[in-house]
Amino acid sequence: MLNSTPIFKKEIGSYFLSPIAYVVITMFLILSGYFFYSSVAYYSLISMQAMQNPYMVSGLNLTEGLISPFFANIGIIAMLIIPMLTMRLFAEEKKSGTVELLFTYPLRDMDILMGKFFAASVVYLVPIAVTAVYIIFIRTLTELPIGPILAGYLGLLLMGEAFIALGIFISSTTENQIIAAIITFGLLLLLWVIGWAANFTGPVFGKILNELSLVRHFDNFSKGVIDIKDVVFYLLFTFYCLFLTCRVIESKRWRG
Amino acid sequence: MIEIQNLTKRYGHIKAVENISFTVQKGEILGFLGPNGAGKTTTMRVLTGYFPPTEGTVKVAGFNITEKPLDVKKRIGYLPENVALYKDMRVVDYLKFVGRVEGIKRSAKLKQQVGNVIERCGIGDMQKRIIGKLSKGYRQRVGLAQALLGEPEVLILDEPTVGLDPKQIVEIRKLIKELGGERTVILSTHILPEVQMICERVIIINEGKIAAIDTPDNLNRQLSKQLVVLMEIEGDPQKIVSVLENVDGVMEVKQKRKGKVKQFEVITRPDKDIRKDLAQAVFENQLTLYELRTVEMSLEEIFLKLVTREEHHA
Repeated sequence: MLNSTPIFKKEIGSYFLSPIAYVVITMFLILSGYFFYSSVAYYSLISMQAMQNPYMVSGLNLTEGLISPFFANIGIIAMLIIPMLTMRLFAEEKKSGTVELLFTYPLRDMDILMGKFFAASVVYLVPIAVTAVYIIFIRTLTELPIGPILAGYLGLLLMGEAFIALGIFISSTTENQIIAAIITFGLLLLLWVIGWAANFTGPVFGKILNELSLVRHFDNFSKGVIDIKDVVFYLLFTFYCLFLTCRVIESKRWRG
Repeated sequence: MIEIQNLTKRYGHIKAVENISFTVQKGEILGFLGPNGAGKTTTMRVLTGYFPPTEGTVKVAGFNITEKPLDVKKRIGYLPENVALYKDMRVVDYLKFVGRVEGIKRSAKLKQQVGNVIERCGIGDMQKRIIGKLSKGYRQRVGLAQALLGEPEVLILDEPTVGLDPKQIVEIRKLIKELGGERTVILSTHILPEVQMICERVIIINEGKIAAIDTPDNLNRQLSKQLVVLMEIEGDPQKIVSVLENVDGVMEVKQKRKGKVKQFEVITRPDKDIRKDLAQAVFENQLTLYELRTVEMSLEEIFLKLVTREEHHA
């Protein structure tokens, strides 16, 4: 059985005792708020124009015009913010030497890893949950289908966990937090845009690159489509990164 | 309680510890003595399960460290050399965290145990402080407090008195002595009198190998291949030397101080106590004896001797 609670509580504590969690959450909300405001403003501008031009009305759709870009934007913010959340998880412990005691406590590597993973997830999910306020705000003004919204949030949850897992993995390989953050961000960005190369790398390789792309799998969610293929992609990505992290921790030990 | 057999630890090609074997009984206080880089910390880290041995077996309370690491870790409290604690936590919160990690589930029991170790280590006034703001001495004590949590049967303390002021050193030593008996304690140190004061057995380790294992007293005895007697005598120095040299068992006489009362260092064979014969010889020759005492070799000298001897071999 997993014994992650003490580590989870400790990590939550250090996120919220230090300014990290507040800074991350505040920046997240400022950015998502601004993006949301822009999409709403743009959408209302289009609506105004549509009132003069009846042909445009048929193409006007709240899910496609507002909700989908909203989730896509939050996805980008998550890519920017999550490396800052995960960079400290193992790198800080290694740098300050607290790993020594941590690894001599009666805990398995898995307990430590999952405690840290869940703590980072909680800090990530707090601002995500707060963005629901925007949706509620729109719903007081107009009819909004709830299905696509739930799909979008599911997508954010799955994608966020995958990002966090990658971030933890990178953090476990270095003792420098800045290096951990930069490599995580670089890899996320690369996996985000990897599909771009698909157009000119041939049909087989192109398809592989497309499927590797983090954003391609998220597109469906933000359009309100839950495809089992995308769910499996994010889950596998998460598990694989966590598995690698476990291996890294283990190898650090026998290598001394 | 602790059995170590043929333990070897390599970092890449560098051998940190080579073929070490020893056992520690329950309730014993064992001292680890050695120069920097001798392999003390490496041995301790293997014992605590921080990293596995390259070769050999380590058993704590019958559990093999590589097969049942959790069972071993549950029974060990560890104070590392550089006490690295979570600097942004409050002392009491940190200790509660360690308590939970050690498997204390009920909050009443947790509170009571944390209170216990806080009192024992004398950090009651500091419990609401943030660890990063504490002085080195108090941080050391918090480190000791966390090692005691979960009531471990074995305590492994890597240089527990480094960085403390003299008063704190005395207190910590007293605490460690108290802990021995109910718990098995292994501690490493540079300070030799400390070993003599608190340890029941000493392991002198040098270049990854055990140079000697024994009680501090036995080490003193075994290693003093000669007994030195210091005498202060009034009279003609040449006569004194010849008189002393004629006593059976005397190997060498050296004059240490001139003046009216001269001081002589008489080196004798250790198997026989000849102080009586020396005194008698002085009286019979109408010399005046002011002082006669044996000079014991301090553990410090033994330590230096062992370590340098090892180096000669290498």
